[in-house]
Amino acid sequence: MLRDARLVARKDLRIELVSKVIAGQIVPFGLIVLLLFGLAVSPDLAVLGRDGRSVLAQVAPGLFWVAVVLSALLAVGRSFAVEAQDGNLDALKMTGLDPAGVFLGKAAAVAVELFILELILGIGAFILYGTPIASWALLAATIVLTTAGITAAGTVYAALAAGLRVRDTLVPLLLLPVLTPVLLGASIATEAALFGPPSDGWSWVLLLGAFALLYVGVGIVAFGSIMEE
Amino acid sequence: MGRAQSSSEADVSPSASASADAATPASRAQRLSTSSRLTRVLGIAGLLLLGIMLAFGLWFSGPEIAMRDSVRLLYIHVPSVFVAYLCFGVTFLGSVQYLRNQSSFWDLMAHAAAEIGVLFVVFVLVTGSLWGKPTWGTYWQWDPRLTSTSMMLLMYVGYLALRRLDLPGEVRSQRAAVLGIVSILNVIVVHYSVKWWRSLHQSQTFGIDTQMDGLMLFSFFLGVIAFLAIGAWLLVHRFRVGWMESQLDEIRLEHALVERRNEGRAYPREDDLLQVRPGES
Amino acid sequence: MSDRADTGVPSTVVQLDGVISVINGFPALSGIDLEIEEGEIVLVRGPNGAGKSTLLRLCAGLASIDGGSGEVLGFDLGDRRQRRSLRREAGLLAHQTFLYDDLTVDENVAFWAAANRVEPDTVDPVLDRLGLAGRLRSVRASSLSAGQRRRASLAVLVCRRPRLWLLDEPHAGLDADGQRVVDQLVRHAVGFGATVLISSHDVDRVAEVADRSVTLVGGRLDSQASASNRVRRAS
Repeated sequence: MLRDARLVARKDLRIELVSKVIAGQIVPFGLIVLLLFGLAVSPDLAVLGRDGRSVLAQVAPGLFWVAVVLSALLAVGRSFAVEAQDGNLDALKMTGLDPAGVFLGKAAAVAVELFILELILGIGAFILYGTPIASWALLAATIVLTTAGITAAGTVYAALAAGLRVRDTLVPLLLLPVLTPVLLGASIATEAALFGPPSDGWSWVLLLGAFALLYVGVGIVAFGSIMEE
Repeated sequence: MGRAQSSSEADVSPSASASADAATPASRAQRLSTSSRLTRVLGIAGLLLLGIMLAFGLWFSGPEIAMRDSVRLLYIHVPSVFVAYLCFGVTFLGSVQYLRNQSSFWDLMAHAAAEIGVLFVVFVLVTGSLWGKPTWGTYWQWDPRLTSTSMMLLMYVGYLALRRLDLPGEVRSQRAAVLGIVSILNVIVVHYSVKWWRSLHQSQTFGIDTQMDGLMLFSFFLGVIAFLAIGAWLLVHRFRVGWMESQLDEIRLEHALVERRNEGRAYPREDDLLQVRPGES
Repeated sequence: MSDRADTGVPSTVVQLDGVISVINGFPALSGIDLEIEEGEIVLVRGPNGAGKSTLLRLCAGLASIDGGSGEVLGFDLGDRRQRRSLRREAGLLAHQTFLYDDLTVDENVAFWAAANRVEPDTVDPVLDRLGLAGRLRSVRASSLSAGQRRRASLAVLVCRRPRLWLLDEPHAGLDADGQRVVDQLVRHAVGFGATVLISSHDVDRVAEVADRSVTLVGGRLDSQASASNRVRRAS
C-alpha cells in the first residue's frame, strides 16, 4: 500500500513540476482571493478594532483558511483531471495498484502542493493583514492537521465525482459543507496561535486531527468501491 | 398516476412475446400506480391526524408561559425534525445494504428517503425561522442547531445532485451508497463541532425550555404521529416512483435491444461492404 | 510466462453466453455468444458501432455485464471481485493510449511498469523493439504523434505480458514498420501461451495472423458471416 502510494505521489508531483498548474495558476488564485477579502472587508477598518487589533487582523485567520479551501478545491480537481485524460482511470483499474495506496498517494501529493501554497499565502496574509504570531508550535500543528483533513476529504469527494462531466461543479457542492468543522477548527486554532493564548487552540487541533484521521480512514476503506466501478 | 388497464397498449411493445408474459417489466408497470392500500391508509390517517392535531394545537391547547403562542409552531417543527433524521437514517441503512448485496430495493429506498428527508429539513428550517422571529427577534441566529441543520441540508442536496447524474446505473448507485454512508458521519461531526464552537463563544443557548401542560403535550404527540404517517406515506410514493422509473428503464432497454439486434438487417451481408476502410474509424 | 503455455490441453479463455452490456442506456452488446480457446488469435470485425470496442472492454473487465453470463480467463464477469482480478491479467490496447501528457515517454512507461509490477530492466528492450529509443524517450507524451503514442501504449502492454491481449484496431495510425511489429508481437505472444483478440477494419492485414474471424453486427455475432470466415491456422 505504501509502495503504491509513493509511486502515485511521485508521479503526481512530477506532473506538477512539469505542468506547473498549481504554482502558476492556483497559488496566484489564492493570492487574489486574499487581496479581494482585504478589499471587501475594507482596509479603512484597519485602524479601528477591538483589543488594539485591526479588524482585518482579527478576521485574518478565517479569511486565510477560506482562501486555502478555495484553492484546495482547484488542486484536488486538477489531481483528478490528470487521471481523466487519455483513459488513464481505466488504465489505473487494470494495474495491480492497491486502491488505498492510490488514495494515499494522490492525497499526499495534494498535501505537499497545499503546504507550499499555504506557505506563500501565509506570508501574503502576514504582510497584507498585519498579524502577529504568538505560538509557532500551535500554528505548525494547525497547518499540518488542517492540510491533512482538507486533502483527505478533498480526495475522497473528488474521487466520487471523478470521470463525470459535471466534476468541476459537483466537487464544491459535496466538499464545502463537509469542511465546516475543519474551517471552524482551523480558524479558531490559528486565531489562538496568532493572538494567544495558545491554550485556547489546542483542543481544536485535536478536532482537526480527529477529522483528518476519520477521512484518511474513509479514503483507505472506501476508495476501492468508489474507483473500481 | 392512474391505473392503465387497457391491454391494447401492450401491443405497442416491440416484443409481443415479452408483453404477453405477466412477469415482464412492461406489464407490471402498466398495472401499477404509485398508490396502494398501504399508502391510502397512511395518507388518510396522516391527513386526519394532522387535522386533529391542528385543532388541538391551535384551539384547544393554550399558549405557553414563556413562549406564548409561538409554542404552537413546535408541534409541527419538532416532529418534522424527527422525520428528517429518520429519513437520513434510512438512507444510511439503504446505502449499507446496497454495498453489501447490491440490492436495488435498498438503492431506491436510500434515494427516496434522502429526497423526503431534504423536503422535511427545508420545512424544519422554514418553521424554525418563523419561530425565531418572535422568539429571538430575527429569522436567523448563529445557533448551533440552526447552523448544523442547514449544513446537513446542503450535504443531502449534494447527495441528490450525485444521484441525478446521468451515469451508468451501477456506478451511480455504488458512489451514492458511499456518499450516503459518509454523509451520516459528516452530520455527526458537523453537529458536534458547531455546537462546541458556539459554546466556546459563550453565546446564549437557545434551548427549548418549555413547560408543556397536558393538552400541549397531547398536541405535540399527535404531531409526531401525524408527521410520521405523512413521512411514511410520501416515502412509499417516492419509492414507487423510483421503482417505476427503473421499470421504465428496463422497458426502454428491451426496446433498445430489439432495435440493436435488428441493426444488422440494415447492413448488406457482402463481405466487401463490411470491410470499411481503415481511415474511416 | 512459460508455465502458462505448458498447461496441456487448451482451455477456454473467453466464454460468453448471451452477454448484454449496456453503456449509458445503450445496449452496446445485445446478446453475444462467443468461445475462444487458449492460444487462439481471433479477428473481430464488423461495421462502425457494431460493439467491437465494447466487446474488448468487456473481456478486459472494464464494461459491465447486464445480461447473460460470461467467463474470461476463468474469472466470472458477473462477480465484481473476480472482474477486478481479471483486469490485472488482461491487456488492452485501446483508442485511448493511457499516457500522461506532461510526462516523457520514459516516465510514462516507467510509471505504468511499476504500477503493473514489471521488472524495470525488461522495459528497455521493449522500447527499443518498438522504435522508441534514444531522443524519443525523453520527449513529453503531448508532443508525440498519434503513431508514437500508440507505440508507447503498446510498449506498456508488452511489458505487462498479459495472458489475454485485447487489441482495438492496433494498426490504426501506425506506419508500415509499426504494423509489422504489431504482427510479430502478436505471433510472439501466442508463442508464449497468450490469447489474442484483434478488432480491425484492416481485414486483409489481420487475416494473415488470425486463426479465425468473427463478425459483430448490432452488438451480436453474425453467425453466418463468422462461420464462412474460418481462416487457416497460422503456425
